Amino acid sequence: MEVTITINGEEQKHDVEARTLLVHYIREHAGLTGTNIGCDTSSCGACSVHLNGEAVKSCTLLAAQADGQEVRTIEGMAAADGTLHPMQQAFMENHGLQCGYCTPGMVMAATSLLDENANPTEEEVRLGLEGNLCRCTGYHNIVKSVLAAASA
Amino acid sequence: MTITEDPATGNNALGNNVLGTRLLRKEDPALLTGEAVFANDMKVPGALYMAVLRSPYAHATIGSIDTSAALALDGVHAVYTGADLRDTWASPMPCAWPVTDDMKNPAHYPLAVDKAVYVGDGVACVLAETDAIAHDALELIDVEYEPLEAITDLEDALSDRVVIHDELGTNASYTWPLVIEENEGDCEAAMQNSAYVVKERYVQQRLIPMAMEPRAVVAQPEPFGGNMTLYSSTQVPHILKVMTALTLGIPEQQMRVVCPAVGGGFGSKLNVYAEELLCVGLARKVGKPVRWNEERSENAQATIHGRAQIQDIELAADENGKLTGLRVRLIGDMGGYLQLVAPGVPLLGAFLYAGVYELPKAFDFSCTSVFTNMTPTDAYRGAGRPEATYAIEHAMDALARKMGIDPLELRRRNFIPTVKYPYEAYTGLVYDSGDHDKAATVAEGLLDYAGLRARQAEQNVPGARKRLGIGVSTYFEMCGLAPSRVLASLNYSAGGWESATVRVLPTSKIQVVTGTSPHGQGHETSWSMIAAEKFGVDPADVDVLHSDTAIAPLGLDTYGSRSLPVGGVAVGMACDKVIDKAKQIAAHQMEANPDDLEFSGGVFRVAGQPDKEMPLAAVAFEAFTAHDLPDGLEPNLEEQVTYDPPNFSWPFGTHMCAVEIDTETGRTEVLQYVAVDDCGVQVNPLIVEGQVHGGVVQGLAQALWEEARYDDDGNLQSSTLAEYLVPAASDVPNITTGESVTPSPTNPLGVKGVGEAGTIGAAPCVMNAVVDALSGLGVTDIQMPATPLKVWQAIEDARS
Repeated sequence: MEVTITINGEEQKHDVEARTLLVHYIREHAGLTGTNIGCDTSSCGACSVHLNGEAVKSCTLLAAQADGQEVRTIEGMAAADGTLHPMQQAFMENHGLQCGYCTPGMVMAATSLLDENANPTEEEVRLGLEGNLCRCTGYHNIVKSVLAAASA
Repeated sequence: MTITEDPATGNNALGNNVLGTRLLRKEDPALLTGEAVFANDMKVPGALYMAVLRSPYAHATIGSIDTSAALALDGVHAVYTGADLRDTWASPMPCAWPVTDDMKNPAHYPLAVDKAVYVGDGVACVLAETDAIAHDALELIDVEYEPLEAITDLEDALSDRVVIHDELGTNASYTWPLVIEENEGDCEAAMQNSAYVVKERYVQQRLIPMAMEPRAVVAQPEPFGGNMTLYSSTQVPHILKVMTALTLGIPEQQMRVVCPAVGGGFGSKLNVYAEELLCVGLARKVGKPVRWNEERSENAQATIHGRAQIQDIELAADENGKLTGLRVRLIGDMGGYLQLVAPGVPLLGAFLYAGVYELPKAFDFSCTSVFTNMTPTDAYRGAGRPEATYAIEHAMDALARKMGIDPLELRRRNFIPTVKYPYEAYTGLVYDSGDHDKAATVAEGLLDYAGLRARQAEQNVPGARKRLGIGVSTYFEMCGLAPSRVLASLNYSAGGWESATVRVLPTSKIQVVTGTSPHGQGHETSWSMIAAEKFGVDPADVDVLHSDTAIAPLGLDTYGSRSLPVGGVAVGMACDKVIDKAKQIAAHQMEANPDDLEFSGGVFRVAGQPDKEMPLAAVAFEAFTAHDLPDGLEPNLEEQVTYDPPNFSWPFGTHMCAVEIDTETGRTEVLQYVAVDDCGVQVNPLIVEGQVHGGVVQGLAQALWEEARYDDDGNLQSSTLAEYLVPAASDVPNITTGESVTPSPTNPLGVKGVGEAGTIGAAPCVMNAVVDALSGLGVTDIQMPATPLKVWQAIEDARS
């Protein structure tokens, strides 16, 4: 079936199997491999993207469910001239990443979190990132990054 | 913290004081923007996708396998069984640590042939045009299994009631004792004659490393000549290259291994896996690239597990609490087969059972490792050292309770005094440096230990619902496993050296080639800082090349907190070697004696002649044009160093925490966590802290949540992230790190490793706090993980 999704402002049209997950559409058909796959139970959040401006786990949606809609991935976060998004910059400045595998999902989830709550407490940040797992950082610097981005 | 003049070379490299600064990581922009390429991200035209059929039984003979329906599926290229591939392998999969001469090691092939010995053991594989088709085809393969009784209990396995590998005749792989011959009998005498003896049994539950990136492999044959490139999410490209060549009978010079960005390892990617060998073997067979992406449930079954030991520890002390003897008996669970370094894991712990304490040579250690019908185990963050530290630290608390003294006080009575360093330990190994009282004092202050003890006395009254517990752990860690000669005495099949090549290019930009293989540790940043400090240049002008055996042919990779104390030190030494050569060129140009030259801030100067100077850039260009070099000196500034350290590096520290336990629900909340980890000189404190944070949370997770649970039939009941509790941000506290810097005298940078330190200190710290909270109720111990149910049950049992 043909599925049309606007990803990072660019319209993508691909003929895919009906069972294709949104994350596979993004990675394999649109060729945007910044969005990662970390599990098969929607537990880890590595595949988080924005669907119509809200963070979703792209492994729990069929590509067909996003037909005709807007998706933003990690590749669409920095400015065209390479300037990092304030959330990306905050992660960099606060050592909020180590291996970097969960990072795209973390950045997408954290950005969405601040869209809903511009001045979260530390506890609200920790609860808000509950759906995104990281194995490297112990979350200390991720939380610090998000709080820094909120006050930037 | 800066490097002082190195007496060996006379090089003073106080160029721009970059060492010790919190420089932001070079690695980050690519990772933050999605540009970094992980193995699974590679675009490989024409590649076939492999999927592996895995045994649903923990123990079963394999009868006939019908692959016809799978082969008939549109898009399926081939289906192979273990028997089909028998001739593909020149030798079984490697185990590089035969700890004893009589160690039993069953032949282990990438696909099982006659018998599956754990759930997840590969029995067949498919090559297809897409990943989805390959997985569809798996469901069409019909295997006749004859299920056998599964062995999942270690002591049951030792009884040999059911033998897993018929050809071995037993489930016991080896027994390795550490006997201090001149003092044999002292340990038993201590047990008989000491004022206090505690005897404890601790279970180190199985853990699943769960790096966020599942494994991924791409094997790409060159169209002509037989060369093969293996891209893999591995920590060990160099080890993997030689092992792949040996296992598949490929001439080693034709084998290249590259690891692109790697999404965390923690030891789980320090191995040679069936899927890597299958992809290479099948790519050679079909002449096309073959790739494989691991699913999370496969990751839980087919990537190594960690810990999995039963520890019996007896600790003796005199009337003042000074340790007089220590006896340890271990049973190590190897799982279905021996993986790359698995047999050595319990041995590594043997040297740390006395922690940071003075112990007379009254030590008696023995470990027996056994096969079971579960996923093979191997090195997981800390590899043997967290287990040993847990046992001594948890036993120290039991001893303190028995004596009725404060657990911190008991530790202070036993600390190795700083004046005795370097200190020859009970095992004969020499600890390089330590200041345990300092680390403990810093932690004590940060936690407000005395204040919390007072609060605890007020809070933990009879009938209190929430009880406060305070935990202390101190630790020694041995890392940078070396020298190679010592590894030989442990029967380890590789060395402990590391290589570095440093080039100053004609334009004076610098390339560092390292044999380490970073996957989150930030070596590109840290190694460029070391070179920048040495050469007096901006770290941005240094590029660090790694993780491709064609670019960095010599190396032993990244594991065991070895990278900085071996590989980083090698980088510094290679810089010195280049500077020495540059000095000769500069001296020649300035008509001076090389011995009269000083180098700092990137400029060579002649001592006492302020008008005579030559910047590194000019020297680099002279070295390149070679128009006017000293007689006999080769052109170009490039030097290689292989560093084999004279000793291990010994980081140490003290962790403290406060927990609150809800006695009605059994839930433990960590209120405060303090970690003081002394890893010697810190190249980049930002990175050091990050390593500690992550390490602490992995140790904390072992204490409270994580466990690979098997049922009696050997089914893994926690094979997804929905069932296996990797903590989320909301589960864990902020971590307060405290500073203590005791340089290592072993290497010129004064550094020690830090990657595993946090994990080693954390589990005993948290469990000591849990038991401390409940000891007033009569609870004497809880085995990890201290889940709400277990804690609640322990409280109920104590009440009745």
